[in-house]
Amino acid sequence: MRLISYWRWFVSVLLLAITPYALAHGESKFNLPKGVTPISHDIYDLHMTIFWICVGIGVIVFGVMIYTLIYHRKSRGVKPAQFHEHTLVEIVWAVIPLLILVAMAIPATLVLIRMNDTTEADINIKVTGYQWKWQYEYLDHGISYFSNLSTPRDELENRKPTKGQWYLLEVDKPLVVPIHKKIRFLVTANDVVHSWWVPSLGIKRDAIPGFIYEAWARIEKPGTYRGQCAELCGVNHGFMPIVVKAVTEEEYNKWIAEQTQQKTAAAQLSTKSLTKDELMTLGKKVHDTNCAVCHKVDGSGMPPAFPAITGSHIATGPIAKHIDIVLNGKLGTAMQAFGSQLSDADIAAVVTYQRNALGNSKGDMVNTQEIKAARVKEKN
Amino acid sequence: MAEVITHETEHHHYEPGHEKTLGAKIARWVFTTNHKDIGTLYLWLSFLMFFVAGGMALLIRTELFMPGARFISPEFFNQMTTMHGLIMVFGVVMPALTGLANWQIPLMIGAPDMALPRLNNWSFWLLPFAFLLLISTFFIEGPAPNFGWTFYAPLSTQYGPPSTDFMIFAIHLMGLSSIMGAINIIATIINMRAPGMSYMKMPVFAWSWFITAFLLLGIMPVLAGCVTMMLTDRHFGTSFFNAAGGGDPLLFQHLFWFFGHPEVYVLILPAFGIISEILPTFSRKKIFGYRFMVYAIVVIAVLSYVVWAHHMFTTGIPLASELFFMYATMIIAVPTGVKVFNWTATMFKGSLSFETPMLFAIGFLFMFTFGGFSGLMLAIVPADVQYQDSYFVVAHFHYVLMSGSVYAIMAAIYYWLPKWCGYMYCEKLGKWHFWLTTLGMNITFFVMHFLGLAGMPRRIPDYPLQFEDFNRIATIGAFILGFSQLIFLYNVIKTIRGKNRVKASAEVWEGHHGLEWTVASPAPYHTFSTPPKID
Repeated sequence: MRLISYWRWFVSVLLLAITPYALAHGESKFNLPKGVTPISHDIYDLHMTIFWICVGIGVIVFGVMIYTLIYHRKSRGVKPAQFHEHTLVEIVWAVIPLLILVAMAIPATLVLIRMNDTTEADINIKVTGYQWKWQYEYLDHGISYFSNLSTPRDELENRKPTKGQWYLLEVDKPLVVPIHKKIRFLVTANDVVHSWWVPSLGIKRDAIPGFIYEAWARIEKPGTYRGQCAELCGVNHGFMPIVVKAVTEEEYNKWIAEQTQQKTAAAQLSTKSLTKDELMTLGKKVHDTNCAVCHKVDGSGMPPAFPAITGSHIATGPIAKHIDIVLNGKLGTAMQAFGSQLSDADIAAVVTYQRNALGNSKGDMVNTQEIKAARVKEKN
Repeated sequence: MAEVITHETEHHHYEPGHEKTLGAKIARWVFTTNHKDIGTLYLWLSFLMFFVAGGMALLIRTELFMPGARFISPEFFNQMTTMHGLIMVFGVVMPALTGLANWQIPLMIGAPDMALPRLNNWSFWLLPFAFLLLISTFFIEGPAPNFGWTFYAPLSTQYGPPSTDFMIFAIHLMGLSSIMGAINIIATIINMRAPGMSYMKMPVFAWSWFITAFLLLGIMPVLAGCVTMMLTDRHFGTSFFNAAGGGDPLLFQHLFWFFGHPEVYVLILPAFGIISEILPTFSRKKIFGYRFMVYAIVVIAVLSYVVWAHHMFTTGIPLASELFFMYATMIIAVPTGVKVFNWTATMFKGSLSFETPMLFAIGFLFMFTFGGFSGLMLAIVPADVQYQDSYFVVAHFHYVLMSGSVYAIMAAIYYWLPKWCGYMYCEKLGKWHFWLTTLGMNITFFVMHFLGLAGMPRRIPDYPLQFEDFNRIATIGAFILGFSQLIFLYNVIKTIRGKNRVKASAEVWEGHHGLEWTVASPAPYHTFSTPPKID
């Protein structure tokens, strides 16, 4: 009986540890979210079916095991039986699980076929994974932007006593989509393999550089749905969340119109010269969102993988070289080519900022036209 | 011919333990071709690596105790998850199982030694150098391998640190060692069985290793090819895994998992064999359905070659492939179920007693089956889309590897240690070790199912606030699990030194069965110089 008392002790400790959480937070802490798309519901149902099948088999198998452990022990004076073979029994306990599996495979196959049907989409959105952010391109509207983690550094590095509710699950610009429309996601990556996972949508699609794979969703309820990158993609793998904002069709159309306007305004910004103050303000913003993940907000970097900008030979040397490394990156290192990610104004601003702040005081500056010229020169 | 005879006479009278100088003592272990010595070396290497990789796991869990950057940097965190995985798989479970094979297969089939003793020596001595090479990456410039034990391209190729090349060569060495070990086991089992021991009279442990050795021969060259392609992608301008040059990152995953999936059966099949030896002994009853147990191992091994893409269900492989790999994966549940049912039937109506090896075997039976259930859930592709790369997967494979393979290895050590060193281990400490390990194991990994279902991805150094409580519980469990292994270490050393003062008889266990219990305890340096007769 000692074994039983051990077990009882063990189980009660486990229950004691878990119960308060169960009461405080409800069931979602313990189970898959039901989600807000037909596919996520299907997945949830399959998950629960296979779970209960496992529980059923478990009760029988563990039941027999526990019965044996209690009643067939030497200390009870049991003499061992002599049987050790029975072909029919072997066949039975191979065939029954096989039948259960076939029964399980049928609904799984049907759901899988539905999941793979990306035809007749209303909206097409290209999702590109970058180290360490997501780019969303609305292929039907020519809108494109990056979505970066927006949790303040003070929270990440524990300089604030409390962390916000959506710590590590918040971004500067969420993906905005309409409800009740079939949205087709074309998922790819720019550098390494990432994975775009939003549990509530029932989507996890690996983003593979050089290849595009698809997924789809039809969201039933307005709301904000959050997820994270699910494939290890380097040092900031845990810091590239996904936020999807599902809105009504009206709001969506309004949002699209706004974005189109902003795009025109941004294009204009890149044609005119900016003052040094304007460049410095914009530059700080660009640096903090794009460069600080590796080079730190204060430019101190994380040597040797991510060198400091403060006092570096690039940021204090010839300006052409500085522009070049921002535009084209550095092959064989983690330094990306930002030419395709940032506008002329952004690049002019960040280069100017890095040379005149972060402990550097080079005194020179560069403007949008020069970046444009650098791009043209490169093409030729 | 003459050479063979000289070799025989040279070594025939050699007995260890009489070396006078330190040099001679070291030389004994470096040059040994004795299967028992080599088995011991493998087991100690594995034990050492167990604490190294376990320490890394505790660093990981410490960082995850609270949200926020606390203790180790994300960069070092990634190095820890990578090395923990690589060392646990290649440095702990595989060497331990090979060590057990070295010690036990000749004893169990009535052979005087392994068929290829010098090859055996070399197989072992490659390993310490492989792990030195791997661990040296912490001390060279730049980060150690930091892309997970699965080292997916292009993170490990174009984006990998310089130390990746060290890892590639270390894996080549480990692969070479495994291939030679496998050849040795196959040659031993085919050629050296005692007269009268037909294949279907072999102990299940020998059978399980026989099949495993063929698996190793099939997969290790694929892994070697895969890491070589990485090397040429990194340095010689090829583009196997680089889309920009016409390659495909998915090709890497196919190659890796063509190795990786049978590999997990390499880790578990010998464990099945161990459990099939231990349960009958402490149930005082013959194993139920011997033939079906053997067939099940063969079926699992064959199926394991055609399920690899179930690690890639979210990559976007075509629907037809997803369906094929889902069905194939689900079918594996059938032979695995047969094994669990047969083990249960073996215990049923037996006369059970609960010495430490039996406790670990029963722990295996419960928790491995539990891990099998989550495995079945993972096979359902649509559901796998939610589980993939989440903590649910972490929970699943720790249930099948830690409370599966590692429990079986611990059971085997308690079971055969009295035979190896001639003294009984301390039963009380063994029981403490089992119960604390089981407690720690379940506290650590059970809650990870909830974390995964609620959406926590694996391999993240920091996490959203909703995951905090379960991460705390897991960290506490991990420390219980980790520190209770010191009891194991202490118990083993105490036993080897004979401090328990309880000498083991030749039979050791009341319900003993098999040839290893017919030789004295401790097993003499040379056994079965004259083959035993089996009827």
